[in-house]
Amino acid sequence: MKLELRGVTKKFGDFVANDAIDLVIEPGQIHALLGENGAGKSTLMNVLFGLYEADAGEILIDDVPVQFDGPRQAMEAGIGMVHQHFMLIPVFTVAENVVMGNEPIKMLDLIDTNQARRTVTEISDRFGFDVDPDALIEDLPVGVQQRVEIIKALSRQASILILDEPTAVLTPQETDELMEIMRQLKKAGTSIVFITHKLREVKEVADTITVIRRGKVVGTASPKASQNELAQLMVGHSVALTVEKKPPELKGPALDVHHLCLLDPDGRPLLDDVSLTVERGEILAVAGVQGNGQTELAETLVGLRRPTAGSIKLDNHELAGLSVHDVLAAGVGFVAEDRSTDGMIADFTVAENLVLDQIDEAPFSKAGALDLAAIAEHARHQIEEFDVRTQSADVPISTLSGGNQQKVVLARELSRELRLLIASQPTRGVDVGSIEFIHQRIVAERDVGTPVIIVSTELDEVLALADKIAVMYRGRVVDVVPPTTSRGVLGLMMAGASYEDALKEEAAAAKKTAAKKAVQKGDDHE
Amino acid sequence: MSTTTLDPTLPGDLEAAEPRQKIAWKTPIIMTILGLISLVAFALTTGGDIASQVTIATGTPGLESFTVSLPSQATIAGLSAVQIILAAFVFWRSGSRRHVGWWPPFVFGICFVLAFLLWAVAGKGQALQFTSLLSGALFLSVPLVFGALAGCVCEHVGVVNVAIEGQLLAGAFLAAVVGALTGSPWIGLICAPIAGACVGALLALFAVRYWVDHIIVGVVLNVLVTGVTSYLFSTVLSEHTEIFSKPAQLPVWEIPLLCDIPVLGPVLFEQNVVVYIMYIAVILLQILLFKSRWGLRMRACGEHPKAADTVGIKVNLTRIRNTILGGAIAGLGGAYFTVAAGLAFGKDMSAGRGYIALAAMILGGWSPKGALLAALLFGFADNLQNALGVVGVAIPSQFMLMAPYLVTIFAVAGFVGRVRAPAAEGTAYKGS
Repeated sequence: MKLELRGVTKKFGDFVANDAIDLVIEPGQIHALLGENGAGKSTLMNVLFGLYEADAGEILIDDVPVQFDGPRQAMEAGIGMVHQHFMLIPVFTVAENVVMGNEPIKMLDLIDTNQARRTVTEISDRFGFDVDPDALIEDLPVGVQQRVEIIKALSRQASILILDEPTAVLTPQETDELMEIMRQLKKAGTSIVFITHKLREVKEVADTITVIRRGKVVGTASPKASQNELAQLMVGHSVALTVEKKPPELKGPALDVHHLCLLDPDGRPLLDDVSLTVERGEILAVAGVQGNGQTELAETLVGLRRPTAGSIKLDNHELAGLSVHDVLAAGVGFVAEDRSTDGMIADFTVAENLVLDQIDEAPFSKAGALDLAAIAEHARHQIEEFDVRTQSADVPISTLSGGNQQKVVLARELSRELRLLIASQPTRGVDVGSIEFIHQRIVAERDVGTPVIIVSTELDEVLALADKIAVMYRGRVVDVVPPTTSRGVLGLMMAGASYEDALKEEAAAAKKTAAKKAVQKGDDHE
Repeated sequence: MSTTTLDPTLPGDLEAAEPRQKIAWKTPIIMTILGLISLVAFALTTGGDIASQVTIATGTPGLESFTVSLPSQATIAGLSAVQIILAAFVFWRSGSRRHVGWWPPFVFGICFVLAFLLWAVAGKGQALQFTSLLSGALFLSVPLVFGALAGCVCEHVGVVNVAIEGQLLAGAFLAAVVGALTGSPWIGLICAPIAGACVGALLALFAVRYWVDHIIVGVVLNVLVTGVTSYLFSTVLSEHTEIFSKPAQLPVWEIPLLCDIPVLGPVLFEQNVVVYIMYIAVILLQILLFKSRWGLRMRACGEHPKAADTVGIKVNLTRIRNTILGGAIAGLGGAYFTVAAGLAFGKDMSAGRGYIALAAMILGGWSPKGALLAALLFGFADNLQNALGVVGVAIPSQFMLMAPYLVTIFAVAGFVGRVRAPAAEGTAYKGS
């Protein structure tokens, strides 16, 4: 089945999310749609899947124009979609999720569960997925949930599968497995649209690459293009994917986290005996797949959550059990993971957001009243220093782009004398230009002698910034390793393997691939 | 939230080192305290030579009813002993982190209530009418069951139905009025769900179509229905008492064979058609909600509407339809106040039962089966004051009037543990 988009345009108010996009997906191909967060990839696919209505343009299947009013028609036309946030119901079984909307009926209105189970096992066996049809979705790891989504699409006879940022939630090993699944599907004749912003994955698996920037197709590339070329297409200018930084100058211990534990209300451990130290002038990066306790660690350090046990000593001053206000007063700067809800107040102006945490003290307030002139002056200065692109300091911060919002947040946190900086996902949803700037500022703060903790699920960011890396898995720190550790080893650790085991396994795997390549070479010669 | 995932590749030592889950001591502690109350306050305060009389109507020809006279102190002490043994058993199970199961607290509850009843009637001239205690409990539970079923349907589809109260009242009103005008209780009965469905349709309109907060709409609808029915009551109904004070009543049907079961037969199977509809509704909904296409799709809308949308289920249409259906179920329950019991409509005669029904639904864990049991529990608590009032117990009647509400608060606050509400209830779906 050949799928073609012609001049598809989608606007949200004045914002043009997709601007006259042309795209051809040939049968049996893996077609990568590469672009930054917010480039308009997901919008385009939602248009294609019938979730959004396009303002202009047409969709053709095998050169016949089609019109989708909703996902059902898209599915009937043979298009399946695996959404970035899984469209699975946690309290339903795998089989129920797969047949939902398309249920086999045995009598009256009752669902034929045996038939539903067979549907799952049949597809699951065909591709070696190993999925139990009776398991509840909420009990399954994300990698398996994703396979359920794929089964769901295939059970609806999808001949084109759209995978929207499928690797965002996976460990590197699960990612490799997914790539293998994609190759298998392709072999079975399914075309795949692979949406991502990760260059390495695109190069590994795609047959064709279309790059989207700011809602427009800016070019196509072959998977043989170098990462740097692809990145240039994506962001419009050449970017250094690494941050220039000197080796750290350690200036003595600052933060000592000792046997920190945190339980959720049901008594399950969120943080399990976490011990960490950070020295002045050092960046500790906390790596791990999302949901393994990193968020909770950051929130506990800053006082948003009260630890069940353990201590947090900053310069020999106990922080555990203090209120957020007291923790901040002790010199902790915090860049929250979810900027839009925790890092800023969307309706407040840029100037107000720049002083949120200092509004009750001089020079911004005098005798209980705000000193607006001081706040404005402060804003002017900070906007210039942090290169915040805004019309003025008096527009609501929500009118700024993600990157500029994050610069405001960072500017606020760095405007105080800090004894510790904690930044959670500092560049999530931020454009590449701003990433560079934010990373440089963080390194600069380190060079002044502030201990820094970066929590990030992006391995690129971890490797770019870290002076040492703590890998978390299920609320535990698996190990603290040097920044030179390879991606493969980190990936294994993110799945729970200890540093030593990961090193061994990585070495064994390297040997195996070398052997395989040798065999393949032999085949090619025949 | 960290995801609790099961990963077969996990090294064993990681698993073993996880801190263990906290032991839930709440249940055994509550049981012990209640057991001791039963022993000290009920058994020891009763004189040794006093007897408690209990009359049991069997409904069996030849032995219509009999009265047993039990030695109060010995019986209550025995029941208390059972309670304390059960409490100890639950302590042991919880302490060793084993599953407690539903039966120890259940048996415990029965023993405690029996001990309380025997203590209350100890040494009184009057016997406790045990059978009428049960049948009265059922009588009071029926509207609660319908209300709770309505709540189940609406909440599973993602709409919080606080308007059960108004739906009950509207159903009661229209059934009574139409029943009296036509002289046929059957036509009245048919009108009850229509009235409830209209209230449900208003709820759906504002909550689903216009995204108004469900609880606010629900409360406003309750006030609206109360106002409209009270107005019509004091104008139209009061002025034409010759028509409206002579209500039509549904006949009582005996189910052959089943009604011959001793004690329970007459209680459960000599009823009017509304009660039989209730039995069928509970069973049908229990099966359909969890096993049918209709149930799967509607629960999908209540759990994750976007996911439902992406497989082609029309979320808002499903929500509107089922909210109206829920309203109809509650409206039918309202008929029980009037045409089923042969009573005329009275101002605000649902008297807050819609809210209690909502509590029964929560206590029942959002399942029709659980809703039935919870509603029976509330009905029983409600009926205790009647039964004990007849006997002449020394507890002030105001306290007895509070009983059902106290039971509601404690039950909902204390025993709702692991059950979860549908994830997307009370939220508007604005997608696509």
